[in-house]
This record gives sequence, structure tokens and C-alpha cells, in this order.
Amino acid sequence: MESKTLSEKIFSEKAGKSVKAGDFVFAEIDKAMIHDITGPLAVKVFNEITNQGKVWDAKKIVIAFDHQVPADSINAAENHKLLRKFAEEQGILNYDVYEGIAHQLMVEKGHVLPGMLVVGADSHTCMYGALSAFATGIGSTDMGSVFALGKLWFKVPETIRFELTGKLKRGVYSKDVILKLIGMVGADGANYKACEFGGDGVARMSMSERFTMTNMAIEMGGKTGIMELDKVTERYIKDIHEDYEIPDWVYSDESANYSQKIELDLSELEPQVAKPHRVDNVVSVEEVEGTKVDQVFIGSCTNGRYDDLRISAQILEGESVAKGTRLIVIPATRSIYRKALNEGLIDIFVSAGAIVEFPSCGPCMGGSFGLIGSNEVSVSTSNRNFVGRQGSPEGKIYLASPATASATAIYGEITDPRKVL
Amino acid sequence: MEKGRAWKFGDNISTDHITPGRYYHLRSNLPELAKHVMEDADPEFAKNVREGDFIVAGENFGMGSSREHAPLVIKLSGVSAVIAKSFARIFYRNSINIGLPLLIADTDKIDAGDELEVDLGKGIIKNITKNAEIRAKPLPDFMLKIIESGGLLNYLKKEGDLKV
Repeated sequence: MESKTLSEKIFSEKAGKSVKAGDFVFAEIDKAMIHDITGPLAVKVFNEITNQGKVWDAKKIVIAFDHQVPADSINAAENHKLLRKFAEEQGILNYDVYEGIAHQLMVEKGHVLPGMLVVGADSHTCMYGALSAFATGIGSTDMGSVFALGKLWFKVPETIRFELTGKLKRGVYSKDVILKLIGMVGADGANYKACEFGGDGVARMSMSERFTMTNMAIEMGGKTGIMELDKVTERYIKDIHEDYEIPDWVYSDESANYSQKIELDLSELEPQVAKPHRVDNVVSVEEVEGTKVDQVFIGSCTNGRYDDLRISAQILEGESVAKGTRLIVIPATRSIYRKALNEGLIDIFVSAGAIVEFPSCGPCMGGSFGLIGSNEVSVSTSNRNFVGRQGSPEGKIYLASPATASATAIYGEITDPRKVL
Repeated sequence: MEKGRAWKFGDNISTDHITPGRYYHLRSNLPELAKHVMEDADPEFAKNVREGDFIVAGENFGMGSSREHAPLVIKLSGVSAVIAKSFARIFYRNSINIGLPLLIADTDKIDAGDELEVDLGKGIIKNITKNAEIRAKPLPDFMLKIIESGGLLNYLKKEGDLKV
């Protein structure tokens, strides 16, 4: 048997033959996700291909509304109507405007399982790879054809192995790790490739921390972020599906062929920040400390999970948001919102002067609410700081961890979280 | 054979440059959205681009979001092909799928305003202004077929299935 990476194994399984990096395959899709931005176009394409026919397997499709929720315009409301009707007619599961961010729902509600091949009409679909699945973002036409055929063509990607060793210092988190790695390899350093994260540094991370890493694989061009299965993954899955039997093949072989190996010692890492207007424009927080900030956003599919909110609440408890600075906090899903509510986190945020919004993509999508004006500066726990991403093209966005964002909100300027921890 | 002027851009042009999020409300109205195409990379582009022109760029063109509206409005603006040193993965797939031709080539010898003549099938770019010829990396056969059909939708309508 030839040695294979985890990604090569998944594509071999789904293509029904032994394949390796570089091969073109036509592979079976296990799950497909669309949301309210990319969904309507996918439905239109599907209807044109099949002449208003039936989807290949309604149980394998998930529709979630998260970008423009609750509808922020008549246009958004019409798109929601269109998708609701499609879901109803086809018998597809539809998470409506009150459930939260699609990516978090996919991993929280047990739609993604190890060894699956998953596609989503959103670039951050790569997040699900933390559950040892191969998950990748596709466009609406690809998705329309997946709805019709249940299959899609792929080029089996080469894999870059990121070997992370050592223990993170206090005040340093997986967000800092992924920002550092993106800074090291560049915005296209992993273009077309699978980014496999491993080593004892990953073994120590919770699933929440792992999702933050795989979520941002796309920011170095990665086709997916992926991690091998371990006890942490197994426990996470078993909490959702008690009887689920973990497949025994979701690892990379020891002598698997990696296109590149990149090592990072986590014990030396400082809190990181991505400066405007590129995610790979990464520096240690001390280099930008003191930069005045107009708005802080804590949330998104990258860092809107309960653990992120807990870290933020610890820092913000008993503190106030600086005068002249706005803090927006958005739990990623309704269940995270409820937990934060029951554990008293929401009260801490509101008492500190934060605006707590309903589960959604929030300011990260740059066309709904919580936007910044010209020459305003945003510090955000989300995943992109491109020109215009959060509103005005003359605005500036810095990306950071929830801890750095929280410390920044208190001082109104970019602040090393270790100052307040 | 496609003929037109070159519009030159740098590295890492994102789908947010091509279709800024603040115009999302126009996404069901592509001709309106196309009036803002490339706005955050060059605010003059949408007004002045002519049928047949080429977008010429550096590395990693189309990085970021999976929004298919990005290649769709480029195609709608009349651009006959995008020529870049490399493309971001999802943008690349989306463009092929909607029938927007892409060429991977060394673009250093093309300047803004150069007159180009491009043979898509052969992947040959003639820079008429500079009297130079650049060869692009050939596309896999099945991708060429998709482009020739005018996109995946037309291809599937014609062929019924997809073979790699």
C-alpha cells in the first residue's frame, strides 16, 4: 500500500480508487452547505441544470442564513424567502435567521464527521477540517451542479504539513498561531494545497482553538485546513453522536508525501496582529501597540465560540470600554449565545459598554451592520482585513485574538492582552 | 482571437476589490453590480473598460471569498480574459465554471494600455504595442471544453454529466 496523506485518503475513498496528489478526480460529496449570500445563485444554477428537478440527496444539504440576518434590506428578505421555499420544496434542513453562523452550525450540530468530503459555498468551509474531514469552499455554479449530481471534480491537492511544538505562553492563543503561520507562508503560500496542522502543539488545543486555525487556512490560499483525528476530536464527536463509530483510517501515513514541512515552536510566540490590508501582513502586537481604535469586533466563524467569549469576558469583567471606542460582541450561534447568557458573560459585556448582537456574521461581511467609516480603525477577531471588508474602503482593519481585542477595547488603542490578564 | 487593451493590476487582488461587500444588496442585479467592478482596485475601471479588454495582474488574483459574483461581473463588464501570474483557487474554478477565460502567464512584460491579441485555445498572448509574444500555461482539456461551452451550466446541459 502506498503511503498517503489524510487528504489523499479521503479523495481515494470518495473517488472509489487509489489517488494521489495531482490526480483529477470526480468525487462523491457527503455534505453540501449554502448560505444566504451564495445560496440564491446556486439554486438558480441548479434549477437551470435540472429544469426545477429534485436535488440528489436532500439529507446531505444544509441551508443556513447568517450574512444578512435578520434581513437588513428588502433584497435580503427576498433572498431568504427564495431559499426557505427551496428548502421546503426539496425537504432540505434550513437554519433560519435566528440560528447563527453556518460554519459553526455545521460542526456544532454534527453535520461534519471524520473522513467526509464536504463542500460549502463559502471560502471558510475549510474550517471543518479540524474534524478530520476534507472541507473546501466552492462557488455557486459548482454548488448548483453538486445539488444536481452529488459529485464534483477536484484536483487532489498536495499537502503542507505544519508541525507545531511546545506550549503557548499565557495570553497567546491559536489565533496568534494561525496569524503567525499566514505571515510566514504568505497569502498565496499554500495556494491549491491542503494545510495539515499537527504536532503536540495541536494535540494540546481544544476543538474551539483548532477551528480557529483551520478556518483561516484559506487566508494562505489553502484548499482546506485539516487535522488528524485524536482523543479531543473523538470526544467532541461523541458528545454530539453518542453511538458514532470513529473510522480507523483518518490519519496521514507516517511516510506520507508532503510538498513542504513547516515547523513552529509555540513556546516562543508572542500575541500577533495582521495589519491592514492583508492577512499576511503580520507583526507582534508590540509593534502596533498604542494605535488608536474606533471599533472592536469580537465574533465571527473564526473567533465567536464560547471559549472566545469566555476569554473576552474574563478580561472585560468589571472594566469599561474606552470612551470613543465601540465594542461589538457577537456569539457565533444561538446555543453559544444561550450558554454565554446562562454563564453571565453577556451581562459582563453589556455592563462594560459593549453592544451584544444576535448570532450572525456581523461586521465581517462588510455590507450589513456594524460598519466603519473612512479613516476609522477596527480591531477584529474575524479572518479578513482587505480594503473595504468592514465598510469604507478608507477604513483600516487589524486582525487579532479575542484577548487582544478585549484589552484593546478597554484602552481604546491596540494593547497587549498580557497587560490586563 | 480576442483583441483589446490591458488593464494592469498588482498582486493579491481580492474578491473584495472586485465586488466590495458594501454593494452586496445589488447581487441579484448583476448589471448594477457590474458598475462597481474592480472599484476598490481602480475606481475608474468600470467607467472606462471596453468590450474585449483584458485584466492583467500579478500573483494570486481573486483571493478571498467564494462569491461567484466576482468573475460574473468581470465577464459582464466585457473583459475577454484575465491574465495573471497565478490565481486563487476558488476564483479560478468559478471563472472556468461561468465561462470567463483565464490565462496563467508571466505578465511583467505587459503594461497598462498595451494592445493585446490573445489566442485562448493555444494560450498565446501577442503584445502588439511591444511586439512581443508570451506563452500561457495550457488549460487541462476538460476545463477548455467547459469554457468553450460557455461555462459548466451549458456544458452539463449539453453533455448531461461531467467527465474528468
